[in-house]
Amino acid sequence: MSDARLSVFKTYKLYVGGKFPRSESGRVYEVTDAKGKWLANAPLSSRKDARDAVVAARKAFGGWSGATAYNRGQILYRIAEMLEGRRDQYVAEVADAEGLSKPKAAAQVDAAIDRWVWYAGWTDKIAQVVGGGNPVAGPFFNLSTPEPTGVVAVLAPQKSSFLGLVSVIAPVIATGNTAVVIASEKSPLPALSLGEVLATSDLPGGVVNILSGRTAEIAAPLAAHQDVNAIDLTGADETLAKELEIAAADNLKRVLRPHPVDGTDWSATPGTDRMTAFLETKTVWHPTGALGASGSSY
Amino acid sequence: MASVFEYAPAPESRSVVDIAPSYGLFIDGEFTDAADGKVFKTVAPATEEVLSEVAEAGEADVDRAVRAARKAFEKWSALPGTERAKYLFRIARIIQERSRELAVLETLDNGKPIRETRDADLPLVAAHFFYYAGWADKLDHAGFGASPRPLGVAGQVIPWNFPLLMLAWKIAPALATGNTVVLKPAETTPLSALFFADICRQAGLPGGVVNIVTGDGRAGAALTAHPDVNKVAFTGSTAVGKQIARTVAGTRKKLTLELGGKGANIVFDDAPIDQAVEGIVNGIFFNQGQVCCAGSRLLVQESIHDELLDSLKRRLTTLRLGDPLDKNTDIGAINSAEQLARITALADQGEAEGADRWSPSCELPSSGYWFAPTLFTNVTQAHTVARDEIFGPVLSVLTFRTPDEAVAKANNTPYGLSAGIWTEKGSRILAVANKLRAGVIWSNTFNKFDPTSPFGGYKESGFGREGGRHGLEAYLDV
Repeated sequence: MSDARLSVFKTYKLYVGGKFPRSESGRVYEVTDAKGKWLANAPLSSRKDARDAVVAARKAFGGWSGATAYNRGQILYRIAEMLEGRRDQYVAEVADAEGLSKPKAAAQVDAAIDRWVWYAGWTDKIAQVVGGGNPVAGPFFNLSTPEPTGVVAVLAPQKSSFLGLVSVIAPVIATGNTAVVIASEKSPLPALSLGEVLATSDLPGGVVNILSGRTAEIAAPLAAHQDVNAIDLTGADETLAKELEIAAADNLKRVLRPHPVDGTDWSATPGTDRMTAFLETKTVWHPTGALGASGSSY
Repeated sequence: MASVFEYAPAPESRSVVDIAPSYGLFIDGEFTDAADGKVFKTVAPATEEVLSEVAEAGEADVDRAVRAARKAFEKWSALPGTERAKYLFRIARIIQERSRELAVLETLDNGKPIRETRDADLPLVAAHFFYYAGWADKLDHAGFGASPRPLGVAGQVIPWNFPLLMLAWKIAPALATGNTVVLKPAETTPLSALFFADICRQAGLPGGVVNIVTGDGRAGAALTAHPDVNKVAFTGSTAVGKQIARTVAGTRKKLTLELGGKGANIVFDDAPIDQAVEGIVNGIFFNQGQVCCAGSRLLVQESIHDELLDSLKRRLTTLRLGDPLDKNTDIGAINSAEQLARITALADQGEAEGADRWSPSCELPSSGYWFAPTLFTNVTQAHTVARDEIFGPVLSVLTFRTPDEAVAKANNTPYGLSAGIWTEKGSRILAVANKLRAGVIWSNTFNKFDPTSPFGGYKESGFGREGGRHGLEAYLDV
């Protein structure tokens, strides 16, 4: 074609603290499509990148967990809006990454957009579903409320590069946690592109941090990190999952284990499990007092 | 100092409890010796009197108990919830009937005051069974989907500070949801669990549904590592909790841990001083401070430090330490020589690191394990007594100026089990409670427990909740 112009490649970069750095190590690795054709060079994250991401996630936790649930819902919905506008880009990336036909890839992307909408609606409902008042046998007001666990390391599914990815990130941040996400090792490009959407959705920098590279290399320092509160092992195989769970015991991280076989149907409507796995229940007591002749007392 | 009022001794009678000279393991509905015939002695910490000799379970015994629980699981889990409920209601009622006997037994074996076992432990034990009994036939409505399934065999390891209450917290929800259990009570307090085994027999509970294996940490380790256990529940130290978490890594066992704490009790300058003092005393001297959720760090606003400390010291001089069976006793014995040595070492370290130590003048009995109520002032956050869980009647006093500083100091710990807030200002309570990273917050009160109220920690105080609807989740395949 004589009128063909030379396309502009995208340099895929990490998404950490709301910025798009390269790996501090300067390393990249080749990412290919399902047929082995070169697609891009992706950052090969180091342990230092993982630690930097934890710092960013911790820094963002106070603000994000302290935001109103309504505000978090608005932002998650905004992510869906931004994705919808860039739907074609993700369809192409998912088709390449997973070797899917355009219609099948489109179904994945549509489901991923809808998943953001689903979780956007959960932000201000989960507390009433899993919390509430407790009828204690005494003159006390007694209220249990779910609170986010903190910084969550997320090993995204290896196969479902986008729908699976969104399905593990959204429930973590919907409730106010912040996340350090390790993208699918073989197919990290849809995840790295997601950073571009997150960066333009009013999501505060550091709430979601996305790393690409060798899952085992990045996950090990995260599982052992004393300032990570929980770890989702979805993207780990059995051997790696066990190693990481042992390391996670050092500061008693909450651990969401992978399914025994990676046959998760990501298109099914999720339950609340992925949210409750990273919630703590806080119970507050206060005397109710009694109105006596002299007024209130307790 | 001489009391204004002298108290005549008012001991609760020991005659309500009949302790046998020896006890076996309770497996498959029968009391049985350990396979290798090993036994150990359990003593009254207040007097060092040997109370009984108890079978020491080894790996083979644990295995036998797990097999009995597995065998019983099929029928027990298939039983209609209404029937399981009635067994639990029966157990709750029998506990109520035998509560004085169990209170005296617990006081003898644990060393805690009869006032506490009678007024706190036992009523809570019965209430816990009564509460979860009611859940057994209502699980469809608990928010875990229709017909949530039990997990199978639960391996449960409990501590010595509230022996029967911790048993209730473990066994009641496990049975209500259709699991069968193997429970290992603490080495120093095996007796109330063995009396509970007898209650199971009186209630007609099918053999194998509840199995009690007495022994030391090795039996606990064998139980948590057993391949045919589906659920591990542990209450105890953070160090052991971490070890258990490593043990179950890579398995499908569901795990809940209720571990240590270093709770902050925060007193603001507008708090009602007398009530705060009562709360502080309750927070750290209840059960001799051997409480995971104890308020062991007092954070007092600088402007009222001296006034509060004067009141607190005055109050401590009125505490009565001595015979746990005496109804007027406030402070009983430390549970074991080992625990006493740990408390002593940590308190000595506090002194060596430069904090100021104070105790009321207080005569300690000549036999048994005793430790006087102790305060440390001039404590910094770097001091060991402000960081390590002492698990004894030792309070570290720190100060703060602003609410933000109070929150920062309160959260400056790897633990996150409990905290207290004392202030007359409602919005401040809510703001501070919101920022504290702890599972249970007591505001203008302390150390309150209820079967309907979820209890458990943040961070290294463990995970999972006991009590309430939340407590069911630990025993359901959800």
